[in-house]
Amino acid sequence: MNNILVTKEVTKRFGSYTALNKVSLEIPKNSIYGLLGPNGAGKTTLIRIINQITHPDQGLVLFDSEPLRPEHVTMIGYLPEERGLYKSMKVGEQALYLAQLKGLQKAEAKKRLKYWFDRLDIGDWWGKKIQELSKGMAQKIQFIVTVLHAPKLLIFDEPFSGFDPINANLIKDEILKLKEKGTSIIFSTHRMESVEELCEHIALLHRSEKILDGKLSDIKKAYKNNKFQVGMHSSNGHIDLEGIKAKFELSSIVQDPSENHLSFTVQLPTNDSGALLNYLSEKGNIHNFQEKIPSANEIFIQTVQSKSTHE
Amino acid sequence: MSKLALIIKREYLAKVRNKSFVIMTFLSPLLMVAMVVLIAYLAKVNDAEKRIVAVLNQSDYFSTDFQTTESVSYIRFFDMDLETAKDSTLKIGYTGLLYIPAAENLEMVTKETVFFTKDSPNSLFLKKIEWVFEDRLRESRLQGIGVSSKDFAKVDREFEINTSTFSGEQNLKHINEIKAGIGLAFGYLIMMFIIIYGGFVMRSVIEEKTSRIIEVIISSVRPFQLLMGKILGTSLAGVTQFTIWIFSAGLLLLVAGIFIDVDLNTLNAGPDFIKKTTGDASMPIPSLSETANLYTQEVFELPWFMLVSSFLVYFVLGYLIYSAIYAAIGAAVDNETDTQQFIFPIILPLMLAIYVGFFSVFNNPHGPIAVGFSLFPLTSPIVMLMRLPWGIGEGGVPIWQFVTSILLLLGTFIGIVWVAAKIYRVGILMYGKKPTYRELYKWLKY
Repeated sequence: MNNILVTKEVTKRFGSYTALNKVSLEIPKNSIYGLLGPNGAGKTTLIRIINQITHPDQGLVLFDSEPLRPEHVTMIGYLPEERGLYKSMKVGEQALYLAQLKGLQKAEAKKRLKYWFDRLDIGDWWGKKIQELSKGMAQKIQFIVTVLHAPKLLIFDEPFSGFDPINANLIKDEILKLKEKGTSIIFSTHRMESVEELCEHIALLHRSEKILDGKLSDIKKAYKNNKFQVGMHSSNGHIDLEGIKAKFELSSIVQDPSENHLSFTVQLPTNDSGALLNYLSEKGNIHNFQEKIPSANEIFIQTVQSKSTHE
Repeated sequence: MSKLALIIKREYLAKVRNKSFVIMTFLSPLLMVAMVVLIAYLAKVNDAEKRIVAVLNQSDYFSTDFQTTESVSYIRFFDMDLETAKDSTLKIGYTGLLYIPAAENLEMVTKETVFFTKDSPNSLFLKKIEWVFEDRLRESRLQGIGVSSKDFAKVDREFEINTSTFSGEQNLKHINEIKAGIGLAFGYLIMMFIIIYGGFVMRSVIEEKTSRIIEVIISSVRPFQLLMGKILGTSLAGVTQFTIWIFSAGLLLLVAGIFIDVDLNTLNAGPDFIKKTTGDASMPIPSLSETANLYTQEVFELPWFMLVSSFLVYFVLGYLIYSAIYAAIGAAVDNETDTQQFIFPIILPLMLAIYVGFFSVFNNPHGPIAVGFSLFPLTSPIVMLMRLPWGIGEGGVPIWQFVTSILLLLGTFIGIVWVAAKIYRVGILMYGKKPTYRELYKWLKY
């Protein structure tokens, strides 16, 4: 099987409130899977179910093709959004404790911690208490503790919050390296630019239901709406804008009369841009022609909004 | 190491390494001993205050009485009228004026005798004066019917009825109070332990919630494991602290007793009193040490093995029930100030157990109230322990009551821990507003 995690019609209710309604997901191995959705969509509940913090009322969760069992917690690493550490406990002791709770032997945990502490350049924090560290520093410790037991599946809930841009980049690189080494990663976030950068697959949850999932590139293809961005100029000083307008549906027109520069967006009925290109090439020189592919952010907003207005 | 053991170890170390815990552990016995010494010292000082009493004796009696002693000086006024005597006494600032008027006979004299003081007099001291009158009156009355004091002393014996159990063992009269006292000590220990360490458990839960480490932890261990580890780790720290307290307090009291030379007996209300009643009447009442021996023997013969083992059972079950509730409260709220409304209902049965136990078990260890409260699971750890010094079976706690009480406690333990674990499991992941009791009830169904 190529999926590290599969959920089948997972449903979870809290009293009369349904937090998850028949959510089915397939999370492929060795990929970064973006779990997206507005606040309260059910992301955290789903993640908690995967971590066996709560249990589904109905449905099935398969981890590496096996029904989820308590022993699986040692193969999962989880960085929650609401995270913290014992304030008055020393960094090293605390990391050792958390690693042992994940099933690592003490000596092995120590060895690996040393490696990670050196790698992230925080070797001299071992004997410090968390309350002496800054928030960003504590986040680094938290990240190390999450990945230390080399889990098959890593779940990051808003991993970059609390990091400055430099450290956020550092962590992003580490996440990519982990993926290269074969770890599967679930990535839950609101920051769409990081989704764009990292995720190969996404699922979109909205009001307790999955409303979209698949490969990000496929989704983008599906969400293409035949819009093209065009930039033109003419050497003889005139572009027949009115003529183009009459034949095609234009928007976002920017014209610069002195330099005879024109840019606009065209909405075509189909994805076939041949006729447009032919027509335009007669009108002037095309220096820029590009299909407008929606960003993850646009897809997110568009899908959520259309879903909301439909109801 | 198993996860539970890891959690217990962490909770234990986190507790015992805590600075305020260390300070409390070593400072409390000092404070306690200092307090005992201070009280003893103050009692001594208080007792050492010398009283001066003016005596205006116009009668023909009591000429040899009221001799100055270590604690009271008697100053005699002569040839003075009452008003002058009162004025002088007040002016000089004596403790009081004992006015014994002239009259036909002793009966009349004593009837009209007045002890004047500024404020109402110390009753113990007053008793001492009264004894003088009692002695003289008895003497004169005996003479009146032609009996000599010596003869009277022969016949005037206090009588103590023999008490016995049906099986024929001898009973000591005040042993009931002693037994209840021993039980009370056990019950009190349990209550203190629950309140102190239950609070620790609660704070520890709140800390994990506010530091937001909780979700990291319970993605590795089950909430129930964490709950149990926390309770057990904290209680081990508690047992450590209690052990240190008991040993160091004992040691310190011993040392303090030797060096400061405070007679702790001064705490007992007036050894003078006992001397007076037994000595003056010159009656061969069994000596004090003899009685004490009997009591000591009786106390030694208490079913200690049963007592200690049932103490452990009640202690463990009672403590687990209450600390599970404390943990659930900690999980339900976000900060300690929100805990008040939930804590009161827990403290209530504990207080009730102590007071009901105190009043009803002392009077009648096997009466209906005592039985009821020793069966009710939230009070039984305390009240049953107060009854158990009477033994189990004949003359003591009926076996069915003992068994029922344990079974009820066990059942409640399972029920409460189940409920508390549910509330805990849901509560630790709830941030924000303080839940109502209704919401807590809803959590049980999540």
